[in-house]
Amino acid sequence: MTTTRVMNEQGPLNKQDMAALVARDIPQGAFVNLGIGQPTLVADHLPADSGVVLHTENGMLNMGPAAKEGEVDPDLTNAGKIPVTEPAGASYFHHADSFAMMRGGHLDICVMGAFQVSATGDLANWHTGAPDAIPAVGGAMDLAIGAKKVFVMMTLFTKTGAPKLVPECTYPLTGLRCVDRIYTDLAVFDITPQGLRVTQTFGTTLDELAGRLDVPLLAAEA
Amino acid sequence: MTTLLCDHADEAVAGIEDGSTVLVGGFGMAGMPVDLIDALIRQGAKDLTVVSNNAGNGDTGLAALLAKGRVRKVICSFPRQADSWVFDDLYRTGRIELEVVPQGNLAERMRAAGAGIGAFFCPTGVGTLLTEGKETREIDGRTYVLEYPIKGDVALIGAHRADRMGNLVYRKTARNFGPVMATAATTVIAQVREIVETGAIDPETVVTPGIYVDRVVKEADRA
Repeated sequence: MTTTRVMNEQGPLNKQDMAALVARDIPQGAFVNLGIGQPTLVADHLPADSGVVLHTENGMLNMGPAAKEGEVDPDLTNAGKIPVTEPAGASYFHHADSFAMMRGGHLDICVMGAFQVSATGDLANWHTGAPDAIPAVGGAMDLAIGAKKVFVMMTLFTKTGAPKLVPECTYPLTGLRCVDRIYTDLAVFDITPQGLRVTQTFGTTLDELAGRLDVPLLAAEA
Repeated sequence: MTTLLCDHADEAVAGIEDGSTVLVGGFGMAGMPVDLIDALIRQGAKDLTVVSNNAGNGDTGLAALLAKGRVRKVICSFPRQADSWVFDDLYRTGRIELEVVPQGNLAERMRAAGAGIGAFFCPTGVGTLLTEGKETREIDGRTYVLEYPIKGDVALIGAHRADRMGNLVYRKTARNFGPVMATAATTVIAQVREIVETGAIDPETVVTPGIYVDRVVKEADRA
């Protein structure tokens, strides 16, 4: 597979580095749904010959890049309601079919953001639970249980330094035991039957991470 | 019953009763039946339950209906958006009820209503707030939640083109909820960009067959 760019693996990754890392791990020809927000950056790092087919839950496969000026068509948007484009090979379908595709296990990978992920792969990414917050779930719960692999992209710590990888989620859950891999600015974690395995670190070490996180960590397999 | 071609959106929405459940198509503005919503505002039905993916954007369309105080309850997947201030204010001041439904359940519950399915078991939301208190069942080692249909009294949908028999085609991602909602309501009203002679739509490309469509109106020309 082609690596799209060389990232700085010496220090914490920025958003683009994380997106490049996720893109590198998406197999040739996979059917992929990229969540709203940061995960959409992954599309920019997929090589032109990747053959990856992007799904958008409002009803399109082989979605193209965001529309440039002059290409905007109000009838053609992604799930974030951003105008997109229609490459050759695209198809359209209604919402029940689109979610049947997701819930029926036909998508290979979905990439989502998260507020918290638990050590066993529980995901919290739809609602802060704050008393004045207006809950809005969209397709997050359907993707969490539907895609063959669920990848999360997030910073490992909140702005105030609290870990987002936790023993148990304190935010309302999106799905139980559904996350397979977590890409963060400091490390990549695989959720395996044996436990949480650190497969890569960026500007930190397994020991340092173990000291900052309240979850047991396994070293990468040699 | 054959499809009624209406000259004006006001004619198309005539007779919608207070207390109705109204399915409103569209995902953001794509497929949003704005003329029909504006006509419903003029028509005056109140105490409505609105089923739609979002809860209105900006100050027009669904947001305008909400702002008039005509909606008692919204059933949707994603009410909170950067421009959902009308809904946000009604919700925070306790003037509107909200039922948040995962987007796939919203679509599938309407599909079930339209297909005569009494209920279905679905894995979405197991162990979350949104399925609390719902019946669950273990099937082949996986936990599923029992979900019931959502049926509308009325569906307001936007499509691209209709023929005189009410066969509909959509355009690009504006298709979204239209075909599902068209099956799930007692009275289905479609706003389209053009009405063509019967036979002018290739039968192989019809997405919503006319059997589902009760009234059709051509949307107003926009400046």
